[in-house]
Amino acid sequence: MFVSYKWLQEYVDLSGVTPAELAEKITKSGIEVEGVEVLNEGIKGVVVGHVLEREQHPNADKLNKCLVDTGADEPVQIICGAPNVDKGQMVAVATVGAVLPGNFKIKRAKLRGEESNGMICSLQELGIESKLVAKEYSEGIYVFPGDVEVGQDAIVQLNRDDQVLELGLTPNRSDCLSMLGVAYEVAAILGREVKLPEPQVETTSEKASDYIDVQVEAKEDNPLYVAKVIKNVEVGPSPVWMQARLMAAGIRPHNNVVDVTNYILLEYGQPLHAFDYDRLGSKEILVRRAKDGEVIVTLDDAKRELTSDHLLITNGSEPIALAGVMGGANSEVQSDTKTVLIESAYFKGATVRKASKDHGLRSEASSRFEKGVDPNRVRDAAERAAQLLAEYAGGEVLEGSVEADSLQVEPAVVSVTLEKINRVLGTELSMKEVEEIFARLQFETAVDNDTITVTVPTRRGDITIEEDLIEEVGRLYGYDNLKSTLPVGASTPGHLTEYQNKRRLVRRYLEGAGLYQAVTYSLTNEAKATQYALEERKPVQLAMPMSEDRSLLRLSIVPQLLEVLKYNSARQNDSLAVYETGAVFLSNGDEELPEEREHLAGAVTGLWQSHPWQGEKKPVDFYVVKGILEGLFDKLGLSGKVAFRQIEKAGMHPGRTAEVLLSGNSVGFVGQVHPTVEKELDLKETYVFELSLKAILEAEVAPLQYEAIPRFPSITRDIALVVDNGAAAGELEAIIKEAGGKLLKDVHVFDLYEGEHMEPGKKSIAFSLKYFDPERTLTDEDVTKAHDKVLDAVKEKAGAVLRG
Amino acid sequence: MQERLKELQTEALEKISTAADLKELNDIRVSYLGKKGPITEALKGMGKLSAEERPKMGALANEVRDSIAAGIEEKQKHLEEAAVQEKLAAEKIDVTLPGRPVKTGNHHPLTRIIEEIEDLFIGMGYTVAEGPEVEKDYYNFEALNLPKGHPARDMQDSFYITEEILLRTHTSPVQARTMEKHEGKGPVKIICPGKVYRRDNDDATHSHQFMQIEGLVVDENIRMTDLKGTLEVFAKKMFGEDREIRLRPSFFPFTEPSVEMDISCKICGGKGCSVCKGTGWIEILGAGMVHPNVLEMAGFDSKKYTGFAFGMGPERIAMLKYGVDDIRHFYTNDVRFLKQFSIHE
Repeated sequence: MFVSYKWLQEYVDLSGVTPAELAEKITKSGIEVEGVEVLNEGIKGVVVGHVLEREQHPNADKLNKCLVDTGADEPVQIICGAPNVDKGQMVAVATVGAVLPGNFKIKRAKLRGEESNGMICSLQELGIESKLVAKEYSEGIYVFPGDVEVGQDAIVQLNRDDQVLELGLTPNRSDCLSMLGVAYEVAAILGREVKLPEPQVETTSEKASDYIDVQVEAKEDNPLYVAKVIKNVEVGPSPVWMQARLMAAGIRPHNNVVDVTNYILLEYGQPLHAFDYDRLGSKEILVRRAKDGEVIVTLDDAKRELTSDHLLITNGSEPIALAGVMGGANSEVQSDTKTVLIESAYFKGATVRKASKDHGLRSEASSRFEKGVDPNRVRDAAERAAQLLAEYAGGEVLEGSVEADSLQVEPAVVSVTLEKINRVLGTELSMKEVEEIFARLQFETAVDNDTITVTVPTRRGDITIEEDLIEEVGRLYGYDNLKSTLPVGASTPGHLTEYQNKRRLVRRYLEGAGLYQAVTYSLTNEAKATQYALEERKPVQLAMPMSEDRSLLRLSIVPQLLEVLKYNSARQNDSLAVYETGAVFLSNGDEELPEEREHLAGAVTGLWQSHPWQGEKKPVDFYVVKGILEGLFDKLGLSGKVAFRQIEKAGMHPGRTAEVLLSGNSVGFVGQVHPTVEKELDLKETYVFELSLKAILEAEVAPLQYEAIPRFPSITRDIALVVDNGAAAGELEAIIKEAGGKLLKDVHVFDLYEGEHMEPGKKSIAFSLKYFDPERTLTDEDVTKAHDKVLDAVKEKAGAVLRG
Repeated sequence: MQERLKELQTEALEKISTAADLKELNDIRVSYLGKKGPITEALKGMGKLSAEERPKMGALANEVRDSIAAGIEEKQKHLEEAAVQEKLAAEKIDVTLPGRPVKTGNHHPLTRIIEEIEDLFIGMGYTVAEGPEVEKDYYNFEALNLPKGHPARDMQDSFYITEEILLRTHTSPVQARTMEKHEGKGPVKIICPGKVYRRDNDDATHSHQFMQIEGLVVDENIRMTDLKGTLEVFAKKMFGEDREIRLRPSFFPFTEPSVEMDISCKICGGKGCSVCKGTGWIEILGAGMVHPNVLEMAGFDSKKYTGFAFGMGPERIAMLKYGVDDIRHFYTNDVRFLKQFSIHE
């Protein structure tokens, strides 16, 4: 809502309060003023001028040479390019030395050889947005319609010496979608009176009821309909001040009839509609729901198909307006309109919202109906419109109005105790202070001991419960005046859950290992939603996505991280390691919420270690990433339960991908992205992993228990085993471990040899075995006994031969 | 004989002093002190000496030997030290060359903000509550006093999956769920961080996915002054002790009274600048006293219990705190952006 400071002064005395101060006060007591626009900012030296003569510029077809009286000693010659400039007009002239918005300084100039001493201005040049300029002036200069005198300040004559407060209204404060509503609010803040307009209309002897009959079939959608008839109207421009107020509020002036309805909309918050009475096609208004498939042509000339959800104003048979949303083309007020029917009605918000949403027609009017208008202003607004049409369109107002009224208006009566007010706010207010606050709001109150009962005016439909009253007290008392305290009561231990703690540990570990945390989108496209998923499921799909690229919820994070690598790689960062923790979404069908499983994913590309001047340049490989995961499992106390098993997976390198098993169950994968995918994304060799973080963090871990530091030496034996090329080191290790018994404390691979000096199809893997007994020093014999079992086992189970 | 020995001694010491390296020194040792060396040779004539002179000569020979041995030893020490010096000199490096980088990553700026807020409130006795990102309409709206058809649902155009299921538009459903779990018994003291989704086109200030972090306290006798005090602690910790806060009345369907909190602008010190749009204040979060309908729907007696709630956007806080100018940076994950948040102030 845009509020003109000068207009507001008609209802509340604002003396001693500048627009900026007012904005600050309004903001602090409840409605955020998002800005204060000074309408005449940066404008100087624009006066009213009289065009004495106009002739064609001798050297330019599209220019006019004008002689203009600006009130100076001598008339001045001005070259003007506007097509509508003409002799006899009163216009706005920026004289030499004037300044226009954008610090545009007017200087004496020569245009095609002719001297020009100033500029005749369009409204746009005076800082008014094009979309607000009335059509007749949109392509040329502005021409004053009425009484102005040469030499007057044109800005003052245009009513642009004003400031506009932009109110950011929350949905509950639709009462301030009207000047009167704002007036009540400002009056309460300043502790001043509200002056309401008191429409007084002289009426003809003819009665409105002689002209029209009003019937409402859909009483629930439209409990009150008021029609007034004004005849002998002369359609023309509205007065300058009215146009100025409309423009200040962001509404483009049209003609006096339409402008009056818009003016009332702004003043009372009550949307009106003006019909051309003679074009109604009957003497009847019937309000009813539309029939399915019924059609109306609205005044934007669009043909709109309706359903029974939509409310229609009809002439008894044909639709003439889509109630609260837009009028029909058939009954639109035109330049030759003589008799006007003004509709002022109370339409149910939900009904209007449905129609405006279905037809994509949101307007100042429909949004006010949607939020609920004040039922007690419907009649006043109609009267006020009639008065203004009589004054500014020369109309004659027919006596009375025709109404269909089934509206029950009961003001809300709400009680609250002083104790509750003080308990919720933490204040120590007295009843007298509370009463004073409601008096400022012009709410009626009655006090009974500790209880205050408030009768809430219908304009404040947002107040229905005691907490609403407490808020009114709080905001007008001033939140600045509240003390600062902290909750008292039973103390509660603050902590993270075990899961949350471990998740932080995982993040810190990965960051320490060289990975950056990324945060990517959950919504993705069809291809990426399922790519690299750990489990085959139908992805969760949005009913109405904004784009195909954000239409489904992800089942895996790896595709998002590959995007991150691609983005960075294209920007000269082709060596990068990232990880993400976040939910993936597994559908449980339409009726149930999907399962949200937290995953951990990572992606590493390009050089892993690089220290160029020492000649070190190590690209990432499978074992770098596997090592990171092994370290992680170690940190989480899971290393004994984890195994890696070679698998093939779509989108992954068929020979360089492993499934990660935790206690034998698959919890994810790690491996190289398939080279064709790498190529598509323009990435260097890239390794990724994705794990169910939930499975990992929820796995049972043995409680930490101290193990005695060995007092006896261990004995190490190294063996090199010749096996088939395809043999897996992990399997050999498992066999060794099993066979080694309890004396074998540690096994690890220390060498791998393939190639020359090996029999074709064979390779050699060397293991280092550490034997140890916590109770005593081992003898050679003890170790040999255990070690022989190992050698037998690998020979028997894996066909491994000790390398000579 | 005596003279011969003296002569040998002088000769040997002379050679020792001019020895250039350990090998030469060793040769000297072998040639003078060896069994076939000149001293042994010189002593061959000992038998001819008188019994009186013999021990004297023996003593002299030992003296000469010792003196040569000592000379060699000293020289050897000297040569060894020189060799070490030479080796070290050859090993000199350029200490200004760059060190081998330790590979590290760091956490995302949003995680940084969220964890900072979590830790602050954990210290004040809160626990961290989490909930699903895909929610039931009931928890996202209805349980928060936003019945179907409520005009404020306009404020948060949502991504629906079915009529009853949607991507949560705020983290408030976690509050509703947590209160429900408490079965009408206080105190509840939680902080709820998480991702939320709204139908917005991504631009410099909008993102269809963003983070929220909310707080909720429900107990007997929770007052609005408690909210003000709590937010003050938060603002000063997060933005600096010198910051002032102000509460402005506002509207949220799930709180009544509702407020928005501004902090004084750090850039201009409250005088007004482009960051605070000339007001001297920057909006940080929304808050209020929990609406009685919300308490009742979650099973709390609103006559007995009151509560406060607050919610804010970590992106906004990060943008203000670090001067980030485009919300999309948080989701593009440009490493040049991410790297900047590794420093601990």
